[in-house]
Amino acid sequence: MIFKIIAARELALFFDILAVNKIVGPVKKGSAADGRALYDFDVVYDLAELSLDFDQTIHPAKKYFLPYLEETCSFAIRDKGWEKEVDYGAYRPVVLFGLHACDINALNKLDKVLLAEPYPNRFYAAKRASMFIVGHSCQPTPACFCHAMGTDSVLQGCDLFLTPMGDEYFVEIFSSRAYHILENLNLREPGSKDHKLFQEAVEARKNLFTAEVDTSDLTKILDMEFDSPVWDQWGEKCLSCGTCAQVCPTCYCYGVEEVVAMDMASAGKIRQLYSCNLLDFAEVAGGHNFRPESRGRLKYRYYHKHRGFVEAFEEALCVGCGRCGTNCLADINVPEVIASVRGGEVEDV
Amino acid sequence: MKDEKKYLGVAVPRPRVGFFELSSCEGCQLQLLNNEASLLDFLGLVEIVNFREGMKEAADDYQIAFVEGSVTRADEEERLHKIRRNADLVVALGSCACFGGVNQLKNRFQDQEWVKKEVYGNHPIASQEARPLSAFIKVDLEIYGCPIKKEEVERIVTNLVLGKAVNHPKYPICMECKAKENICLFELGEPCLGPITRAGCDAWCPSNRLGCWGCRGPAPEANIAELKRIVAKRKIPLERLLDRLECFGGFAGEAGKLRLALEAAK
Repeated sequence: MIFKIIAARELALFFDILAVNKIVGPVKKGSAADGRALYDFDVVYDLAELSLDFDQTIHPAKKYFLPYLEETCSFAIRDKGWEKEVDYGAYRPVVLFGLHACDINALNKLDKVLLAEPYPNRFYAAKRASMFIVGHSCQPTPACFCHAMGTDSVLQGCDLFLTPMGDEYFVEIFSSRAYHILENLNLREPGSKDHKLFQEAVEARKNLFTAEVDTSDLTKILDMEFDSPVWDQWGEKCLSCGTCAQVCPTCYCYGVEEVVAMDMASAGKIRQLYSCNLLDFAEVAGGHNFRPESRGRLKYRYYHKHRGFVEAFEEALCVGCGRCGTNCLADINVPEVIASVRGGEVEDV
Repeated sequence: MKDEKKYLGVAVPRPRVGFFELSSCEGCQLQLLNNEASLLDFLGLVEIVNFREGMKEAADDYQIAFVEGSVTRADEEERLHKIRRNADLVVALGSCACFGGVNQLKNRFQDQEWVKKEVYGNHPIASQEARPLSAFIKVDLEIYGCPIKKEEVERIVTNLVLGKAVNHPKYPICMECKAKENICLFELGEPCLGPITRAGCDAWCPSNRLGCWGCRGPAPEANIAELKRIVAKRKIPLERLLDRLECFGGFAGEAGKLRLALEAAK
């Protein structure tokens, strides 16, 4: 790993070099009724537009790698036959500026599924290949539990990672692309004092986590508690609205619909991100439904993330970003659901 | 049916259709005429033989009837039965036709004579409780919304013509609202029926910072009990939730029970 120190004013120059591309980063979108600032990822044109001190965005930067709606192919309909056109969108690079460790690790997890041979998702792969990622350290919120998921630090998956230290940034350089861009700028080598400051920042952040998720032997406990009454209790609260999946940086399930234009001269296949919590999710031809009850759907969402994925990849399909819990109107959240499964009861929420 | 269009070499029928209105603002039909950009394509899809709002000619040999509005008079009931006899397929167009719509707000009052007098004074007028089409005839397809979403109708009619299944989303509006990356209206302290209302409008109102009023009716698994808890937790008066549940008639059963409970508590 190569470490450097960059001054805050020099970071503006770095931004300008990247700005020949589309830059997406955390932006303040409004205030909640209780005064909390609400952030989301959006396109920015100036470093000053970014709120790099954001706590968490409402949505992940998902639409830049897994759009909610995406035309996977279009057809020009001819008298005899058709012409098919597929656009992977590979020629549109995006700079993601200010991703936290959770969201970078979410991409690493998605890579394992969506880039895997023999059937990689070419649309995702194209976007991933034309992505430049600037990571940024964070201050955990009460909803954050990335430390419990092992996703609180970044080992790969970004081009560089910034940790603010006074009016300077500690820079971890992950890619040669990042190295060659930074070569043009005024950076200095970190000394032992900088190393100490960095380690102090890591330590201070570690102490800010309040939410806990005990993952020890969780796959086995989930197996044992398959018929636990807590699933009925959470299921009764669940709105089956799909919000948790829409704001999840690792949910990738989708549905495909074929759409014919009104003039019947063209058609297309539209992929729509879906959620396993939706009533429509497990409905098949004839109106039959494999999971007609919300408790079953909610349970399987947890089983996919914290059991099935762990057994397949030795890690959970969850990065502890806390968005599902924060945005769930019914207050269903990972720390409480997992605790209730382990303890066998739902606490009053 | 005239075979004028082909799709992938197969002839596509161009059904004769009629548009009709009962008690309504006729806004749903206007929606269809509104977007000139796609109107010609729509007319290429179907042959309109009866559409009072759009043409002078009127014939009764239609195969598909789109009926807007609710039934509030005996003569409308009779007209509706005639439309049913003429058409192969009857489509309820918009919230009034599907649930009674805004018109059904008057059903809340027990004394309908008082309502009539309050609204029309001494003007003699026949008016009964507002009812959806399905209270009188078999409805083959419902298209929700106040007003209907033109793009959705166009997609449905294209599917009808092609013989494809017409599937409404069963999930609630939240799914579409999140895809729009809106700030949740509950975060802003405002009520919204998005979590229990059937999607398909592309979160039309919440995307314009107006909480959902439920014009599309309940999602098949609407968790109203949880929404009541959500509203209470945010100290939003139940009355404000009830206003919305009552507005378009889709939630009439639940709203009626809630109204009675609220009155009893007073």
